[in-house]
Formats: sequence, structure tokens, C-alpha cells
Amino acid sequence: MKRLENKVALVTGSTRGIGRAICQRLAEEGAAVAVVGRSPETVEKIAQELRDAGFNARGYAADVAKSEDAKATVAKVVADFGRLDILVNNAGITKDNLMLRMSEEEWDAVMNVNLKGTFNFTQAAVRPMMKQRSGKIVNLASVVGRMGNVGQANYAASKAGVIALTKTTAKEFASRNIQCNAVAPGFVMTDMTAALSDDVRAMFLKVIPAGRAGSPEDIAGVVAFLASGDADYVTGQVINIDGGMLM
Amino acid sequence: MSTIAERVKEIIVDQLQVPAEQVTPEAKFIEDLGADSLDQVELVMALEEEFGADIPDDAAEKLTTVGEAIKYIEDNSADK
Repeated sequence: MKRLENKVALVTGSTRGIGRAICQRLAEEGAAVAVVGRSPETVEKIAQELRDAGFNARGYAADVAKSEDAKATVAKVVADFGRLDILVNNAGITKDNLMLRMSEEEWDAVMNVNLKGTFNFTQAAVRPMMKQRSGKIVNLASVVGRMGNVGQANYAASKAGVIALTKTTAKEFASRNIQCNAVAPGFVMTDMTAALSDDVRAMFLKVIPAGRAGSPEDIAGVVAFLASGDADYVTGQVINIDGGMLM
Repeated sequence: MSTIAERVKEIIVDQLQVPAEQVTPEAKFIEDLGADSLDQVELVMALEEEFGADIPDDAAEKLTTVGEAIKYIEDNSADK
């Protein structure tokens, strides 16, 4: 029997990069997957790709920054699949700028998706999980949420917020058998990091003991572990997935 | 059609997983029925759903017994 057989997973920001890889991995481990993203066409396309590969998947369009969208999406997923076992709060954006130049819009946009979006979906998902008396929530933090990073005041603060939110969620719902953990990726090859300059990329590689960037699959494997029964006694933790960049 | 008191009791039995005979008007949620703070929030949300009522936080905090919850719903429910 596969590790996530009969489980239903909801993954936000799941049409590209790390989120896409997480959907794939959770599906391979046996979970039915609710693919959540902003564009109705894209979520349907990814869900169709997963179904073509023989997995159970459906697409749901939502803006994670909107509380109403989160509530409606979770309600639809529970209606369609009958339950909700795993929530992966993966949706995240960057709007990098040096603090002196950072606009209020850049700050708000990143906070609204990365931090408020994680809160919105967590708040909506814990209700069916409490009724079931079981659930796993995995949040995507970042090593920069622990280290800070030049040009990422908004992103780093949002990810530090995700870490505190992870620990609070773990404490509030531990008695209901809901575990909440975070993973903190280091430097991972995705569209998000492809936008960085060659100089910045070279600088990152120099400080990674493993000597290579991470892949979305490196992240998805740890997320699958935290979403599984193998991690039933793990809660409130942040696992760095960074090739040893931050120890 | 069951009375408000009966419906409230039913919800309490379901939410707190306690025997119906323990759910007397004098029973205190925390001391007598073993509810914790999360149970209380869940209970209030379940009552709001059932009766289409909005129970503000400050009112919810004052509902410490079964009888108080029934009285509150009787006074404030949309479908009494």
C-alpha cells in the first residue's frame, strides 16, 4: 500500500515549479490531488496532466489572498473528494527591491500571498480536519525567512511569518491530531530563481556545501514525508532543504 | 419539530461526544462536560450554523453552561 493511499491533498500555487513537483509526488504516493492556482485554464491543464498519468486530480481556481476564496475552495474540495487530509501552502511570490526603494504595493503583494494566503487556507482547512480528528499541514517557508536577504525585506519577513504561523498552528491544533510543519528551501532551480542575475546565482552556489542548486523534486520528497503517517509525531518543525547552506 | 433546547442539546452531544443525560441546563461546558477552548469555539460555530445566528466573541465567552447557551439562542436565533 502506498504511503498516501486514500488521502486527499490540496496544494496551493501548484501549477509551476515546486508546487507542480509536490502535486506529482503526492499523487505518485497515492493521494488524490486538488490543484489550486490563480488561472482556471492552468489549474485544469495541470489536473488533466495528472489524470492522463493515471492519477486522481481536479483543478480549482482561487486567489489565496482572499479569505472567501480559501473557504469556498476547501468547501468544494471536501464536496468533491469527501474529505481533506493534507494541505500544502505553497503559493508564493517575490517582488524584490532594496528596502529604500521598496514600494508599499511590493510589500503588501508579497505579504498578502505568502503570509495571509497561508493563514487563509489554514483557517479554512482545519475545520474539516478537526472533524476528522486528523490532518497534515505543510507550509513552504524559506531559508531567507531565517537568515534575511538583501533585496527581500518583504519576502524574508513573509517567510519568517510563515514559520511563526506554522508553530502557532501546530500548538493550537495538536490536540486534534493535526500536525503542521514547514520546509525551508534554499536555492532551488525554478522560474522564481531563474529571474536572478548570474552573479547572484554564482554567489549562492559558493555558499552551498552540496555544490549544487536544489531541484523541485528535492523539496517535494520532504513535503511528502511530512504529509505522511511517517511524520505523525513531528509538529511545529522547520526543515531546511538547502544542501547545507544554513546549519 | 424539536424545540430549540432539544436542538442545542443535540449539537452539544455531537460536538463534545458526551452522553445526552449529562447535558443538563446546569452543566458547565469546561468543568462538567470536559470541553477545552477549541471545543468551545467549535460549539459556538456549530450553533451559529444550525440557527443562522451570529454569536459575537464577547457573548460567546459568557456562555459557560448548557442553559445559558439555550437561553442565548432562544433570545437571538433567526428562526425561533
